Amino acid sequence: MNATAPGAVIGSVMGEPSATGRFGQFGGRYVPESLVPACAALEAAFRDAWADPAFHERLARLRSEFAGRPTALTPALNLSAQLGVTLLLKREDLAHTGSHKINNVLGQALLAQRMGKTHLIAETGAGQHGVATATAAALFGMRATVYMGERDIARQQLNVFRMELLGAEVIPVTSGSRTLKDATNEAMRAWVAAVDEAHFCLGSVGGPHPYPWLVRELQRVIGEEARAQVPATPDVVVACVGGGSNAAGTFAGFVDTPARLIGVEAAGGAAMTDGRPGVVHGYRSLVLQDDDGQVLEAESIAAGLDYPGVGPEHAHLGTTGRAEYRTVTDGEVLDAVRRLARSEGIICALESAHAVAWVLRAAGTPDLPTGSTVLLTLSGRGDKDMATLAGEVR
Amino acid sequence: MKRLNPYLTGGITPDWIDYLIAFQEAGADAVEIGLPFSDPMLDGATIQQASDQALRRGVTVASILADLTAARDRIRIPLIAMTYANLVFRGAPAHGGGPEAFCRRLADAGVSGLIVPDVPVDEADRLDEAAAAAGIDLVLLAAPVTPADRLAEIGRRSRGFVYAVSVMDTTGERALLAETAAPLARRIKEVTDLPVLIGFGISTPAQAAAAARTGDGVVIGAALMRRVLDGASPDDLRAEVAAFRTALDQVDQEMPVARAHAEISGDRR
Repeated sequence: MNATAPGAVIGSVMGEPSATGRFGQFGGRYVPESLVPACAALEAAFRDAWADPAFHERLARLRSEFAGRPTALTPALNLSAQLGVTLLLKREDLAHTGSHKINNVLGQALLAQRMGKTHLIAETGAGQHGVATATAAALFGMRATVYMGERDIARQQLNVFRMELLGAEVIPVTSGSRTLKDATNEAMRAWVAAVDEAHFCLGSVGGPHPYPWLVRELQRVIGEEARAQVPATPDVVVACVGGGSNAAGTFAGFVDTPARLIGVEAAGGAAMTDGRPGVVHGYRSLVLQDDDGQVLEAESIAAGLDYPGVGPEHAHLGTTGRAEYRTVTDGEVLDAVRRLARSEGIICALESAHAVAWVLRAAGTPDLPTGSTVLLTLSGRGDKDMATLAGEVR
Repeated sequence: MKRLNPYLTGGITPDWIDYLIAFQEAGADAVEIGLPFSDPMLDGATIQQASDQALRRGVTVASILADLTAARDRIRIPLIAMTYANLVFRGAPAHGGGPEAFCRRLADAGVSGLIVPDVPVDEADRLDEAAAAAGIDLVLLAAPVTPADRLAEIGRRSRGFVYAVSVMDTTGERALLAETAAPLARRIKEVTDLPVLIGFGISTPAQAAAAARTGDGVVIGAALMRRVLDGASPDDLRAEVAAFRTALDQVDQEMPVARAHAEISGDRR
């Protein structure tokens, strides 16, 4: 259980970061001077927009008329009976484009438009954020350029095709591990060279201030909807964590309740579990790195979790004990995809299956006692993973 | 005299110190030593490749500093380390880490300056103190988009010189000197008496000379590292750097004429 009583932190967590963009000792704005004015301008624009009822109204309309929100809360009846817990699924897989990423992107695209930007630059791992960005760019009549690691392009072909069909340019990244880490570097480099007309549409709760705060606020809709949908406060709230945006949005809706907050990482990319304090991609957080400070390459079957860092607010929530973090293996994840599909008729993304895998493992143990109620955010659908699954699941 | 600071990725080849000595012999005023990082956000393809090549060789900050210490008797010009925040802030002071220990290690190896492109002035307080305590000049960077109030703070807090990032881009060779270079150098000179060195994209002696007509010198990186990656020898690089030296010296010779002209015309700029 928590080291800190949840009551002691009500109102003081998952609010605004400090003036320097910090959540406790994590966060900040570690970017080249060339990007500092752009980050400051984005922060100012976000503060302005977030205080403007007309902005919220436009965002709310887009969410309901375009993105299909609110998403359903589905009681997983068969799995609940099998596991002896009450499992409630927050169905972000039902949102337009197939994942929670659309929540963030619609908000950022509106903000970019408000700032007079005409070009969205994005990084993507599994391609879900890239597809969401390409979608918003099409809707808003903007240009989209998506950086994607060569290795991820090979394993997420469907999403590459979707992005291109939507009119985005997908640029393969061949440096380093050729995954999300390197795609993020390349997107930030591209932003430096195009900062006047381009908005960097960052996909997760990492990056320089104000991104971790901005993205969490745009994903807060997950947690707020779920809170209104659950019959009573759940005992446990669980979501997968790569950079951590769906978890941050979910946790934000429950951080002031007694619910335990659990983030589930990929064993091969577990910055909360194995990381050490460090600075990468513009923010200070926990980072997988070697003894010399070189950032390590994560290794996960889920491209969206194949990332050596984690959002700074998660590092803070973990350090203070308000949230707890667990890891599951690729094998457990594949079993979870199959079990959820056969029990509930839902094929979830490999990323989302990390949260499912933890519930399957923990149910009936002291970590998740029999009779508990669990809210699980199912962050995305599994169509994109068919090629991977076809090779792995029989 | 116009300053020439060539850049060298530490450990890029086993004989990398020979390149450093060649730069010195060719008339470099100081050498910037890149401490390679896995995720160099502000570097273009050439410096990325140079860093990757060094890291693949197993190079570490410790091994680079050990090489510099061993070569101490041969080095007569200042050395300036250039690296990224993660290597500088790594570890806790209680365990021999943190920027305080990092700066002391640099000083012990004979390094007297430090450039960290992903630590802008707003994030520089702790590093500022650590560097000053170790006797290291923390050089701050200014960019074409830096507004006036920030530029004044950068001018006030930078030590050694101010690094003018000539272009809104990553490091790397360019066909032309960016149009943003000269206006930026002039703006910086209005807020500080420190020398202003122009870097990013300066690829040829002619571009260096053009930049030095407004700035006090230049930093040359990718143009040299591409040659090293292509297999050029320390002797080849000596000739390369000497060509930059000659071009800058020619600018020095033009200057009295320009100053005289300014006095006659009353242009005090």
